Amino acid sequence: MTTVATTAPVRLGARLAENTWLRFAVRRTGRLVLSLWVLITASFLMIHLIPGDPVRTALGPTAPAALVQARRAALGLDDPLLTQYPHYLRGVFTGDLGVSMSSQLPVSGIISQRMPATLQLAVLAFLTAVAIAIPVGAAMGALTRGGRARRAELAFTSTSMVLGTIPEFLLGVALVYVFAVHLGWFPVAGRGAAGSYVLPVVSLAVAPAAALARILRVDMVAVLQADFVRTARAKRLPAAAVYLKHALPNALTASLTLCGLLLSTLVAGTVLVENVFAWPGLGSTIVQSILTKDYPVVQGIVLVYGIGVLIVNLLVDVALALLDPRSVIREG
Amino acid sequence: MATTSTLAALPAGRGRWRRDGTGNRWLAVLRTPVGAGAGLLLALVLVLAVLAPPLWGDRAAAPDTDHILEGPSAAHWVGTDNLGRDLFYRVLVATRLSVELALLATAIGVVVGLLLGTAPAVLGRRGGRFVAAVVNVAVAFPGLLLALFFAVIFGVGMTGAVLAIGLSGAPVFARLAQTLVATVAGRDFVAAARIAGAGRFRLLVRHILPNVGEPLVVNATIGAGGALLAFAGLSFLGLGVQTPRYDWGRLLGEGLAGIYIHPTAALAPGVAVVVAGLAFNLFGEAVAKGIGLVTSGPVAGAVAGPVIAGDRAPAPDGDVVLDVGELWVSFPGPAHPVRGVSFTVRRGEAVGVVGESGSGKSLTALAIARLIGEPGRVDAARLTFLGTDLRTGSERVHRTLLGTSLAMVFQDPMSSFNPTRRVGAQLAEPARVHQGLSRPAALARAVDRLRAVRVPAAGLRARQYPHEFSGGMRQRAMIGMGLMGAPALMIADEPTTALDVTVQQQVLRLLESIRAADDVALLFISHDVSVVAQMCDRLLVMYAGRIVEELPAAQLRTSARHPYTRALVAAVPDMRTDLDQPLAVIPGRPVDPAHLPAGCAFAARCPLASDRCRAEDPPLVADGPGRRVACWHAGEGS
Repeated sequence: MTTVATTAPVRLGARLAENTWLRFAVRRTGRLVLSLWVLITASFLMIHLIPGDPVRTALGPTAPAALVQARRAALGLDDPLLTQYPHYLRGVFTGDLGVSMSSQLPVSGIISQRMPATLQLAVLAFLTAVAIAIPVGAAMGALTRGGRARRAELAFTSTSMVLGTIPEFLLGVALVYVFAVHLGWFPVAGRGAAGSYVLPVVSLAVAPAAALARILRVDMVAVLQADFVRTARAKRLPAAAVYLKHALPNALTASLTLCGLLLSTLVAGTVLVENVFAWPGLGSTIVQSILTKDYPVVQGIVLVYGIGVLIVNLLVDVALALLDPRSVIREG
Repeated sequence: MATTSTLAALPAGRGRWRRDGTGNRWLAVLRTPVGAGAGLLLALVLVLAVLAPPLWGDRAAAPDTDHILEGPSAAHWVGTDNLGRDLFYRVLVATRLSVELALLATAIGVVVGLLLGTAPAVLGRRGGRFVAAVVNVAVAFPGLLLALFFAVIFGVGMTGAVLAIGLSGAPVFARLAQTLVATVAGRDFVAAARIAGAGRFRLLVRHILPNVGEPLVVNATIGAGGALLAFAGLSFLGLGVQTPRYDWGRLLGEGLAGIYIHPTAALAPGVAVVVAGLAFNLFGEAVAKGIGLVTSGPVAGAVAGPVIAGDRAPAPDGDVVLDVGELWVSFPGPAHPVRGVSFTVRRGEAVGVVGESGSGKSLTALAIARLIGEPGRVDAARLTFLGTDLRTGSERVHRTLLGTSLAMVFQDPMSSFNPTRRVGAQLAEPARVHQGLSRPAALARAVDRLRAVRVPAAGLRARQYPHEFSGGMRQRAMIGMGLMGAPALMIADEPTTALDVTVQQQVLRLLESIRAADDVALLFISHDVSVVAQMCDRLLVMYAGRIVEELPAAQLRTSARHPYTRALVAAVPDMRTDLDQPLAVIPGRPVDPAHLPAGCAFAARCPLASDRCRAEDPPLVADGPGRRVACWHAGEGS
């Protein structure tokens, strides 16, 4: 009996030490659970950290005391924190995120109705950014390898830096002026036919594309100096094979981490861009809800955005592990 | 991203004693074009922030009901808003509030970040770990989401927005401070202070913070640019500055509503935000880059460029695989790392090239294989491989010849294989390209070649990645890659240097057997005299980019005539070396190819050097059958 009890953990420990993949999975899951807990707790505490009575703040000083009291009771704010917290946790895991204070609709319903528009925007913008950045960054890397074409490098680096700094909502405004107001090619705002997607997607995609292309060029130049590229050249492969088969995949693994970072800032960027284009997604909803102090809706949407970011980070780590098996060892 | 680039720019080994140089280096940044432009822009923004409100505050606030929502005109350059106020002056005056709020938010971010980031150093292990874990979670979330979260807590308005943007920036600064403190805390002078009994807090304030100050300031500058843009975002959403006060974001939000009738109302504040944000960003980046920059010293010692003399060597006979005459390799600047090297390699012959690192032996090999890329330059009187002149013609013309007949083995088998592709596929590649084999046929040949270089379980190994191979096995696989074609010459550049001594002999024996079996000529490059003597028929001794002696390998130990060759031989201990004596070394250091002396490059380290040696470089002349030497005192003093 005792022997079984002692050998089991020992064997598990030994297997953990041996299997780098298993260790990677355990560590990564641990980090995900910790982040998720911090996120849910922060979103729970948000309403309690607001100074004064959040319901009174929301309803205004003229609201009758009875209404405020009723709302407080409905939100469960009168219960002790230790009762509210498990209740909130249960709600989160069963999909019950409370009811909107202004429309009385369930928050989960509002989110599921608004989410597709935001997801479309984010995914399309990410794909656009990657589709532009990879060929441009790789080509610039090949062109400027080993200190060649210094002028092209300077022009590219400064252009991509300026483009990478312009915030998406300002770019959106400029694009609206040029392509919607002036040229009339696309609608000014709203979500409708395919044309209405162009400006929001472009304004979201430009900054990440510029940043990614800039990093990819640097990585490509570094990889092109690696010994294995010299080996590939010593094999007298055609230049295209050297660049595309040997250099690019290695340069991409280095840029992949940045891709994740860009994707999560892109998720946040939708908030601003949706407000420029009156896009009926989560971003315009959360801003409206903050302005009208509809706290349950804000809590729910913050949670959704946060989980989105966590999922992106997880996907990036897994992709990195698959592309470059050595990163798993490094992680452990 | 800004954080990582600045971290990379952080020079290693910087201590307190170099703080005096800080001001100079920041000034030096202002002398670069990017730094000067960004600095000027930043100064303009700051001056405007100070002067605009007292100068034009009244004009910006004066309503003019006769000119409501008008477009640009001579009186109102950018137009007017819904109360007829002049938007040009409103944008200028808004500079103060926009910059002020951004700086305030950055200050909050830096202070809170510093507190969080240095907490591990002050709190001790357990408390520090907790703080670090929270920071790690927070840093993964985009700043705007954090700002929205805090905006809810602190309420909609200016104060709430400053706190929100400040706190949302804190995790990034905390992470930066953690990294910087961890780097500095490991340094010797901190360890010394710790041993001297300095407390944790004192250690932090007196020894650690002064050393992380500079990168922190640089990142705060970049961060201020980010805060400015973020604030514009919040104000634009209506969550920041509230009327009657106004910043650029507020003006932009108000302007967007009327973009159809009056686009400049939205565009002018937008341009202001981008310009100011860029000014902070660019200036920070320029300083970050400037701080890490090492200025190169003055270049001295000009050396004559490649003067390619006519054919001095006898015409080669038909058995010659490689014929090199007057080969020069140059890089921009005065450096000529290879200066007029001539030699031939015959079929099945093993020729060794030996010399210290920096003697030009590897560059000679790369130049022969046409693997020196721009900005390097290769000049030669003769460079003939299997009867083909390699000096002319494009890469494409020689691709098949070089791809099948010339094999290369590089020094580091770890880095010479592509880490993301399977070994078999990497071997199969040249066969597919040059011999037109199908994928399965090329793979089958790759497995066969792996077997030929004695890689066990070759079929299985071909499907593995390079990092799953041991060092010796990788090098054998590299040799196998060279055997995919039918090589006439194998250039092995330090093939055993990166390997274990026990594995070295295996690889050497493999090269030996390949040469014997297939009549492959071998150009073997090494700094190890004993290995070269064991492997080769004939040796070329290189020093400072020239061949200084050529001799049969068998005569190396007994009758070397150049003092440098003798010194190399003497530096290798053998079974008869007297172990009570210190090992022989060559005094001095190899010459820098950019600073060559006028006479013999070895003169400064040579026991036989005379005035003539220091004035005149000795030519490489015939010195008995199969021998050449470049020394005014060849054979003396033995």
